[in-house]
Amino acid sequence: MAARHSSVEQGTTTPGGIGRRRFLGYLIAAPTLAVAVPIGASVLGPAAARALPTPVPEPAEIFDLSDLILTSTQPTANLITVVVNEDGTVSFSMPRAESGQGITTMAAMLIAEEMDVRVEDVTVTLADARPELIFNQQTQASSTAITMYEPIRVAAALARGRLLEAAAIKLGEEVRNLRTDAGKVITKSGSNIPFADLAVDAANVATRQVLAELRPQDQFKIIGTEVRRDDVVAAVTGRKTYTTDIDFPEALPTMVARPPMIQGTVESVNNLDEVRNMPGITDVVTISTDAAPDFSHSGQSGVAVRGRTFGQCIAAVRALDITWSGGTVDGASDESVLQQLRAAQAPFSVPSPSPLDEAAGQIPLVTEGLGELGLIEAIEEEFVFYWRSNSAMEPNVAVADVRDDSAEVWTPTQVPIWTQQQVAEELGLPLSQVTVHVMRGGGAFGRRLFNDAPLEAVRISKQTGKPVRLMWHRTDECRAGRVHPMCTSRIRATYSKSAGQVVSFEQRHTSVATDYTEVFGEMLLANVARLPFTNELAVAQSVFLLTAAVPYDFGAVVLGLNEIGAFDTFNTGSVRNLYNMDVRPAQELMVDRLAAKLGKDRLDFRLETLESGRARKVLETVRDQGGWGRSLPDGVAQGVAVHEEYKGAMAVIAEVDTRPATVNRQIPGATTGPRVTKVTLAVDVGLPINPLGLRAQMQGGIMTGIAHVFTASLHLRDGNFLEGSWDDYRYTRHWNAPPEINVIVLPPNGERIGGAGEFPVAASTAAVACAYAAASGTMPTSFPIGHNEGIPFDVKTFQPPIPASPTNGLEFYPAPKAATGTFNPAQ
Amino acid sequence: MPEHTFKVNGRQVTVDIEDDVRLLWVLRDVLDIRGPKYGCGINVCKACTSFINGKAFNPCSVPVSQIGPDDEITTIEGLPDTVGRDLHPMQEAWIDRDVPQCGYCQPGQIMAAVDLVNKVKAEGRTITDDDISGIRNMCACGTYYRIREAIKQGAENM
Repeated sequence: MAARHSSVEQGTTTPGGIGRRRFLGYLIAAPTLAVAVPIGASVLGPAAARALPTPVPEPAEIFDLSDLILTSTQPTANLITVVVNEDGTVSFSMPRAESGQGITTMAAMLIAEEMDVRVEDVTVTLADARPELIFNQQTQASSTAITMYEPIRVAAALARGRLLEAAAIKLGEEVRNLRTDAGKVITKSGSNIPFADLAVDAANVATRQVLAELRPQDQFKIIGTEVRRDDVVAAVTGRKTYTTDIDFPEALPTMVARPPMIQGTVESVNNLDEVRNMPGITDVVTISTDAAPDFSHSGQSGVAVRGRTFGQCIAAVRALDITWSGGTVDGASDESVLQQLRAAQAPFSVPSPSPLDEAAGQIPLVTEGLGELGLIEAIEEEFVFYWRSNSAMEPNVAVADVRDDSAEVWTPTQVPIWTQQQVAEELGLPLSQVTVHVMRGGGAFGRRLFNDAPLEAVRISKQTGKPVRLMWHRTDECRAGRVHPMCTSRIRATYSKSAGQVVSFEQRHTSVATDYTEVFGEMLLANVARLPFTNELAVAQSVFLLTAAVPYDFGAVVLGLNEIGAFDTFNTGSVRNLYNMDVRPAQELMVDRLAAKLGKDRLDFRLETLESGRARKVLETVRDQGGWGRSLPDGVAQGVAVHEEYKGAMAVIAEVDTRPATVNRQIPGATTGPRVTKVTLAVDVGLPINPLGLRAQMQGGIMTGIAHVFTASLHLRDGNFLEGSWDDYRYTRHWNAPPEINVIVLPPNGERIGGAGEFPVAASTAAVACAYAAASGTMPTSFPIGHNEGIPFDVKTFQPPIPASPTNGLEFYPAPKAATGTFNPAQ
Repeated sequence: MPEHTFKVNGRQVTVDIEDDVRLLWVLRDVLDIRGPKYGCGINVCKACTSFINGKAFNPCSVPVSQIGPDDEITTIEGLPDTVGRDLHPMQEAWIDRDVPQCGYCQPGQIMAAVDLVNKVKAEGRTITDDDISGIRNMCACGTYYRIREAIKQGAENM
């Protein structure tokens, strides 16, 4: 395994006796001031081990280490760098993906805080793939704030320190008599020098190590304030540049005709010449659409067309006459997969755990002898969760320019190092000849953890010898894209009415295998994860055990995961909030039932049994500010849920209206039905860096939770998914969005940093499901609840694989002509 | 190849392209006007929402041949000019409320919002939650709540 970075932190004691931590960094030889710090220590340290799975087989046993290309031969190679420009602005190239989470804005705030510059004078760009960063250039598992908070601040503190030194020399003053404010160094007498005038003086001719101290939390002026997104103006004026917007005229639009079945293959293309001669079309080539270079067991699986416009590409894809061979799951349907899942379910075992549980580290904690509890009763339920998509608004995209001896790729990857490695392997090029530019993404949600798009783009560019601008069609996103696997979660809980408590809580989760080969964002371990059984036994089990938990004191608690199929039987992947988007809602619904059995108020019962003080605090907050228990009309009810993950805690109260006047709202082609009318969410992430962005993330999680309860799912029929657009895959829309949302960000709780992007999904899904159960009087056990209520749309063509664009857009606005009646998922 | 002449964002343009190519691709791939986004190509997601002669439509579903020499197309890039300012009041409200996350759907959301407010005003009404609930523009980040706030705020200044 790659060497771990040693800790950069050195404990010291200031003369005042207060321990202040000092951090090591480098002044970098550069034309203007540049400073750099190592990253990675906190990622690989014990704190992060809880957030990212680590137990994998020792790779050296099965993988030649010489295959791993380590370019970190220079002591400064694994650094992140902050540069002060001649105009006094500050630049930082961030080794992460920004897809709407707000992390570049956060980085600018951290730098501005430490350097005393205005946030708007800090420009944060996304770094190209940097293989020397090993595990430290991936964006997943809500980890960016946790991993980047300290290194970015250290770099900025070093820069400020060096500017002070340069000013001291220039002014003939001592550093201790100088301070910084608003991008200037200021003397005691009040005269000042702008950073712009110091950027060159502060530059270093040789790289050397220095130490920095960080600004203490009680002196923060920017961290914790509300700062708008760094790209908000670009976004609302249409000037924000996404991958397919880049100025590269030779990279012509390119699309791929994909099989009508999951992972089908091309047997023959019967009208190649005809399609090549279609207007605007420059190239038609058969390619592999495999998401990995070395494992192309399926051969050719798509036909790519390149042309002057995407419109002409759509026409060409539709015109292709392709004979397809079978896929990996031909004939499979929701029904057949459900049967397989049920056959694979582990039996309940409390109070006698199975050897597998112990092997997986789950030792039940029987806290009290059963004899003291009187009569023990049990409740048991099976919950079914259907397939969900992680499609973003921007489809899979990549621009590629492959030459004989080099390749350049632009794509919004969450795992740029892995992208670079896979592209290099695919093309047989040295890593150093492959450049991967990380573009700002139009959403990610786990979709961009796999290299489907960049690999397809480089294959097409190589075959045609021309640059390509590849984009997936929306229908491809539903059918060839990645899904959150279908799963069941069985829960058995026992309780004692006489003792008024839960005695045991056992959850057996059974899922179609999730592809976690991306989880380390790096090739070496990704390849290990592809070995037989490794994806499930080493990665999936780890992810499950590191994320799944019951936040309540329920006596003996057992959680277990079984998977069916290989990691690549279906095209699966991480979808915002992983297992917990299903595991936790199932739990919370059972918590409501336990409360009823024990005759307790649903919220009070949670408050009594919650194990952590942070969780109790957020629950009390929503109770007090969300009007728990307020009088509501019949058919309208509240639900409450608590969730802890990614070093944070949150509680949600949702209100759902199931009255006829609401559920029967008529909007053509819309999912109306029950409506979430009010949501109160309280979140404790430790130190909220930008509460404005944090609230946005919470609101987004609420919208996803609503979708997962009511209608967002893919229907598997005869080996593929039926959905093909946003009117088919029914994510939350304006008509479903709650008119009232109150997100309460708890004030800083120490200087702990937590993640934010994912965990509102589980919490909101659970609260909405519980509210719906209360309002309707029936606990739903199948999600989304509308999944088995019919197919409320006309299924789009499978051959050709994508639908034609309509021609009646001038007659039909806003609803398309194809919009059918309103769908009520609760009927 | 057929020639098509029309006006985009105040500029007269002529393009050589087949009749059936949908206007979205003429804007994006031929004229390099990249504000209108692709999200579905079938008049569902509304990410490409723009104006034709001051009214909202979806250029992904209109062949360029249906656009005549007298037609004026306005994309997000041309929206501020319709009010003779650097930013349209709706864009200002969007910035003030920090609406976008990934931002991909927002040009379409803003165009749809301006169109809706224009319609409601023409009916002599002020915008309601029910009006906003009828907007079809899809957002996968889930920015709907802030859009709702921003539309009400922007409408006040329109």
